[in-house]
Amino acid sequence: MNALHKISDFFMTPAMKIVMILAALLFPFVASNEYQIYVMALAFVWAIAVYGMNIITGLCGQLNLAHGGFFAIGAYTLAILTVDHGWAFWWAFVAAGIAGALLGFLAGVVSLRLKEHYFAIFTLCVGFIIYLLIDKWEELTHGALGIINIPAPSGFGLVDFTETTPFYYLALVFMVLSIWLAARIANSLLGRSFRAIRISDELAASLGINLMRNKVLAFVLSTTYASVAGALYAGMVRFIGPAEADVVHTFDMITFLLVGGIGTLMGPLFGTLAITWLTQSLQFLEEYRMIVFGPLLVVLVIFFPRGVVGTFLTWRGRRLAAAHETAQKESASEKKSQTKKAVTPRNQEAGNHA
Amino acid sequence: MLKINNLTKRFGGLAAVNNVSIEFDANKINAIIGPNGAGKSTFFNLVAGAMAPTEGSIEYQGMDITGMACDRIARLGIARTFQTTSLFDESTVLDNLIVGHRLRTQSRLWDVIINSKRLRDEEKKCRSRAQEVLDFVGLSHIGHRITADISQEEKKRVAFALALATDPELVLLDEPAGGINPEETENLAALIRKMVEHGVTVCLIEHKMDMIMSLADKIMVLDHGEKIAEGTPEQIRNNPVVIEAYLGSDDDAAA
Repeated sequence: MNALHKISDFFMTPAMKIVMILAALLFPFVASNEYQIYVMALAFVWAIAVYGMNIITGLCGQLNLAHGGFFAIGAYTLAILTVDHGWAFWWAFVAAGIAGALLGFLAGVVSLRLKEHYFAIFTLCVGFIIYLLIDKWEELTHGALGIINIPAPSGFGLVDFTETTPFYYLALVFMVLSIWLAARIANSLLGRSFRAIRISDELAASLGINLMRNKVLAFVLSTTYASVAGALYAGMVRFIGPAEADVVHTFDMITFLLVGGIGTLMGPLFGTLAITWLTQSLQFLEEYRMIVFGPLLVVLVIFFPRGVVGTFLTWRGRRLAAAHETAQKESASEKKSQTKKAVTPRNQEAGNHA
Repeated sequence: MLKINNLTKRFGGLAAVNNVSIEFDANKINAIIGPNGAGKSTFFNLVAGAMAPTEGSIEYQGMDITGMACDRIARLGIARTFQTTSLFDESTVLDNLIVGHRLRTQSRLWDVIINSKRLRDEEKKCRSRAQEVLDFVGLSHIGHRITADISQEEKKRVAFALALATDPELVLLDEPAGGINPEETENLAALIRKMVEHGVTVCLIEHKMDMIMSLADKIMVLDHGEKIAEGTPEQIRNNPVVIEAYLGSDDDAAA
């Protein structure tokens, strides 16, 4: 049991971050083939989008089902600007982020007027409209054919990002930056405002938090994350089609969040990696792998509603609280015994006088 | 401090609050009582800005706040607690309270990204305010606990503390003693008195008559959305209209 506690303490130390980053840096050297590196890089790209979803859904409590749509907006902005308009990759990449933010702002201002289920249903529709636009607006998006020959990220002559391993490190850098920003937000007063909204709109408003402004900000942050991830995805896979906007991707990301731990900092990463590798290892089952997945998810939601990371944090929080209390009691009893000792001589004196 | 003029809120044909006028003085405990469905909570929602009134006006410290948004009213110094206490169950008690002082801070997204000095100062300020209000409500010994694990009475106190963290001058308490035992009710009443001693004006809705009669300086009685009486506990206790509304007249019983 004590060993378990020690391990859990280690998970929370800054050293753990270094261990994780080291492990990520070394992964390409221990991977048995290039395909594994590719899968890992792709998981990192998805993880960025999942971190975005965690801001609006995990922190702020608004279930946004248009998230996959904004991922596709990022991918298509990059693809259209580079392939059809000859933009340099990184300019198009920045434009993709801005497009995600602007369109997110427009969609957010309208959809966030709705609450709870209505918001979820509305954003589901927004996601589907994005899909339809991509599928039908052939002049702009090439329709069902999709866009091919998307350039890889430019390495400025130093690195070749068409190779898998360099791209892996690029995705890693972006993911670490995403997690860093997500951590900043979550731990700040801004993140606390978001979480107050998650508890209840009425409570947050009564604490002087402007609901609309904070919700729109969380929404724009999340769509920016999604479109940046989408742009990276386009630069990695290098051909995209309307299927990128399929609602299935949104539900995949929700699964990653639920498994890892919604609203936690490391949950999105853990969930994305765990499910990605589980899917890979169950590949031999083909379509039947859902038979394994379905029950697994149900069990998880029933017994670990806060996901793996969330459950760990609650367990640890309780343990720390208990430890804190025993420490308090011990120091209290020590004080008592000290005062007793201090009192005793006086009592004796009093006794002597008597 | 708070002046209500001809306040009315209609939902379709139903007037949940009907032509209510009253004045609440600063540094006093004001209570609103009345049978279920009398419009007490609606009255609170109107004052706090959660709903806009159909007619009438609300003046707070000489300022017209009628129809103002909830968060602006909170910044002007009106805080509230709710009938059902909702808190962030997964965090520690202290952690729950830090956001309470957010409305007195300025930091925005940019401060978060560059981790500005303003943000760090404001976070320190919010944290120390959280510790202060936790001490004030007498819960500093459980600040480290996960909120899901504390008792109902402690949760009520945390809700008080959260309201106090906003630095309010007027606090609206919606059934603070709901669902807690008599001894705890006594302690909570003492806490409410302590709040008033520290310069906060209190306005509360409550069903527990013993508590109200010993606590309130002024009571307003609502029935079917209308004010049927106002006065000191003594006046209210002997008011025949109030007795009828609460106990029902013989005619009602016959029907």
